[in-house]
Amino acid sequence: MSRQYETVIGLEVHVELASKTKIFCGCSTEFGGAPNTHTCPVCTGMPGSLPVLNKQVVEYALAVGLATNCEINQYCKFDRKNYFYPDNPQNYQISQLYLPICHDGFVEIETGAGKKKVGIHEIHMEEDAGKLIHDEWEDCTLVDYNRSGVPLIEIVSEPDMRSAEEVNAYLDKLRLIIQYLGASDCKLQEGSMRADVNLSVREVGAPEFGTRTEMKNLNSFKAISRAIEGERARQIELIEEGKSVIQETRRWDDNKEYSYAMRSKEDAQDYRYFPDPDLVPVVISDEWLDEIRAKQPELRTEKLARYEKDFGIPKYDAEIITSSKKMADMFEATTAICKNPKKVSNWLMVETLRLLGERGQSPEDITFSPENLAKLVDLAESGTINSSVAKEVFEQIFEKDIDPDAYVEEKGLKSVSDEGALKATIEEIIKANPQSVEDYHNGKQKAIGFLVGQTMKATQGKANPGMVNKILKELL
Amino acid sequence: MNIMSMTAVELGKKIKAKEITVLEAVKAAIEQIEKLDGTYNCYVTVDKEGALKRAEEVQKLIDEGSLTGPLAGVPVAIKDNMCTKDLLTTCSSKILSNFKPTYTAEAVLNLEKAGAVILGKTNMDEFAMGSTTETSAYGVTRNPWNAEHVPGGSSGGSCAAVAAEECSYALGSDTGGSIRQPSSFCGVVGIKPTYGTVSRYGLIAYGSSLDQIGPIAKDVTDCATILEAISSYDTKDSTSMKRDDLDFTSALVDDVKGMKIGIPKDYFGEGLDEEVKEKVLAAVEVLKSKGAIVEEFDLSLVEYAIPAYYVIASAEASSNLSRFDGVKYGYRAADYEGLHNMYKKTRSAGFGPEVKRRIMLGSFVLSSGYYDAYYLKALRTKALIKQAFDKAFAKYDVILGPAAPTTAPELGKSLSDPLKMYLGDIYTISVNLAGLPGMSVPCGTDSKGLPVGLQIIGDCFKEKNVIRVGYAYEQSRGYEHSPAVMGGAQ
Amino acid sequence: MANNITDETIDYVGILAKLELNEEEKQQAKDDMNRMLDYIDKLNELDTTGVEPMSHAFQVQNVFREDVVTNGDNREQMLQNAPEKKDGSYKVPKTVD
Ligand SMILES: [Mg+2]
Ligand SMILES: [Zn+2]
Repeated sequence: MSRQYETVIGLEVHVELASKTKIFCGCSTEFGGAPNTHTCPVCTGMPGSLPVLNKQVVEYALAVGLATNCEINQYCKFDRKNYFYPDNPQNYQISQLYLPICHDGFVEIETGAGKKKVGIHEIHMEEDAGKLIHDEWEDCTLVDYNRSGVPLIEIVSEPDMRSAEEVNAYLDKLRLIIQYLGASDCKLQEGSMRADVNLSVREVGAPEFGTRTEMKNLNSFKAISRAIEGERARQIELIEEGKSVIQETRRWDDNKEYSYAMRSKEDAQDYRYFPDPDLVPVVISDEWLDEIRAKQPELRTEKLARYEKDFGIPKYDAEIITSSKKMADMFEATTAICKNPKKVSNWLMVETLRLLGERGQSPEDITFSPENLAKLVDLAESGTINSSVAKEVFEQIFEKDIDPDAYVEEKGLKSVSDEGALKATIEEIIKANPQSVEDYHNGKQKAIGFLVGQTMKATQGKANPGMVNKILKELL
Repeated sequence: MNIMSMTAVELGKKIKAKEITVLEAVKAAIEQIEKLDGTYNCYVTVDKEGALKRAEEVQKLIDEGSLTGPLAGVPVAIKDNMCTKDLLTTCSSKILSNFKPTYTAEAVLNLEKAGAVILGKTNMDEFAMGSTTETSAYGVTRNPWNAEHVPGGSSGGSCAAVAAEECSYALGSDTGGSIRQPSSFCGVVGIKPTYGTVSRYGLIAYGSSLDQIGPIAKDVTDCATILEAISSYDTKDSTSMKRDDLDFTSALVDDVKGMKIGIPKDYFGEGLDEEVKEKVLAAVEVLKSKGAIVEEFDLSLVEYAIPAYYVIASAEASSNLSRFDGVKYGYRAADYEGLHNMYKKTRSAGFGPEVKRRIMLGSFVLSSGYYDAYYLKALRTKALIKQAFDKAFAKYDVILGPAAPTTAPELGKSLSDPLKMYLGDIYTISVNLAGLPGMSVPCGTDSKGLPVGLQIIGDCFKEKNVIRVGYAYEQSRGYEHSPAVMGGAQ
Repeated sequence: MANNITDETIDYVGILAKLELNEEEKQQAKDDMNRMLDYIDKLNELDTTGVEPMSHAFQVQNVFREDVVTNGDNREQMLQNAPEKKDGSYKVPKTVD
């Protein structure tokens, strides 16, 4: 291929907000639940029903807008987006087109290529659609309106990204900001964070953007990366063949690794937006904005700096710990009890992440309490238990959030620190392993490791390893 | 005196005084319905069983002393675009031919709290789109003053039911004149309150920014009393207004001395029937003789109200009515191939021609490339119309004019020329665009014996001025019963 | 000035509005729409420069609900009017091919 192409990517990210109720009615937003058990006349589009806006939704949208450096439209409105589809009971979606709540913001991302700002065109509030389930038996579709009316914000980026790596960095940045704000749990797998990818290609150096397509149905970071690669390749091929890219919406099929055009002749893509006459404008006063600002929690960038400064933990560690709000909260709460940030961060970074990884879980799935982790840190630091016992106890904490004090007591796991008794044991070990003793005297440092191991075995792992080393050296 | 010829308030008093039982009142209404509705077709649904059962419940509550209001036990008819729990609600459309709501509209709930007994649901133009009640899927309603004429619309069933005394009073809804114009044609009193005064929750929307529910009855006292009962601040309706001046009956005083009345010259020009003009001006003279200060003025912009209205109302309707698709409720076509075909077949067969006409127009004016030229232009016109009224109300307490340019036309003469039919709403439509309160009060009959309505328009939230002027005028003439109940027409 | 609504426009609006018109209805719809639009064009006589479009007649703003769950399981009621249902869901012709 002689020509060089650049990929131009913009994202439309939908985030389900963490409010307890739907955006326009008092139905629960709880995930799961039998079909249509969280519905009412409003969210099933019954004749005569009317929407009333959930204030919490506005506050979450504002919090995200402020945290992403947006300007706020202090006078904003809701519009109807008209299209027929059964997941949308009114056959219009209440959204914001003309005066979205936030606009012109940015977030900073960091990739191998360095730091970069990704512009945010706008953030608007809207309602989610219901769920369509294909029924194989009767070859029909079943409609569940439990998700209908769940509040969303749609974050529309500028076409500022150039690679899947940047897209992932941007999504990760958004996820962290929103999770830190508590505005959403942002779980891609459960659909509480979803991204549509607008992508075009152009020859490197070309002044104009190429024609873009919009890809939907991307529900994992991996799918997004694959879709970007696949669509980039498809568009370049078209161009190389002298054909043109058509501006259209495409559906990514992650199994076939290909995107398919979604257009049919029944989709005119003419949404006939107009201000929803059932809703009144939202006017955001300076005072209200100040209140939201004052309530903004510490975000990741600020936390990172503070961890390095106040807790003296390395930047690398701080980055890992703050990569999840849940983990950062756990770190702070545990440190507040045991006052040992370095050890707490070690337990989180090493053992916790290892166990999560083994189970295919994310830090959001942590279930243990900071109290029990703090107790474990204390037990290990005081030498009451040795490190291998500590690991074993931690697994119990991770699994069942057990109280380590009680557990250690009950299972008799305390270190043997009785010097006299230990000395007697070690003397017997030396006697039983003359070869190792000789190796040691011949300068083989490894030999002492073997003897330590034997001692640990003899004490069923309860010996204080420091003390064993000390006594061994004395006796040898 | 015949139970059904009493006003609602008179009947309420007699029920309270135990001179008449609720059951007697309800039976009298049902008897009248059975006698006349075959001719006039005011009702889509008569809930005889429910009404009789409810009558006993209400009587009990009255006897216990827990229901003491002026409307306790009085039978009412509800326009069929207001949801009533478990009672068929059709909007006079085939598409809702089997729809039984799961909840009751807030205004109707308010009436029930006041002890109303619901007799049934009244006929209307399909989805309130029309001015004659001829677009109903359930047959035309006839005018109790002359069965060969229309009752007006869209609340024609409610107004005819009041005039034929098939109920003691009724609720209607008014988007472009749908309470005032049929009230005028049927010789009854109807009020469209200030937008936001009566909750729209449970009113099946036509033009959401214009729709208001209001009372229809024999006299102004009834209307003020009913309006007081149905008005409320409703947290389920974002456009509901918090008001602390809902004591409308306090305005029932026979005194207009010093009140300033404006007569818009633009309401008396071309297109106005001479006899209508004469009756309305005669009514103005009555008020003048009672001490009101009357002045002519130029309201301006009157001819722009109708085009602006049809853009706005049709646009909103095209979106509001998209929910009728055969998925969640109502009619679904029997044969179809696939989803979109199901939508099309259902909607094409479920809606009548006038509704389809407005959905098409509304979809067009909102479509890509036309939104600014039509929709925004109409909203700007609306702003100018509101300004014109603001200017007028800086000078006048009320504005008086005809409710409609003619008396009721003959059946079958209107639908062939929709545009001409739309022009009949010229005096009522701008009131909806500006959100104002308006009332129609009978002010005589023309040479054909058909009633003429005097329209009284007030500034927003000034229903009391409207009621006061209407009440004072009404004292000069008694309620004229329609020939249907006098044995004249059949 | 006269508007000229074409067959294509009527077909297009029919797709948007999910209405299927037969030939006769289509012709009628064309005539009706042309006449209405000619009439609506009267608005162009008005100079509305600088006039804000007015959606609501009154300046009501900030009407909110608190974030409190008020509704329980209403499934049976919500589904009672459904033309077709299955397994607690609304049943429609299949949406994917
Ligand atoms: Mg969206
Ligand atoms: Zn709901």
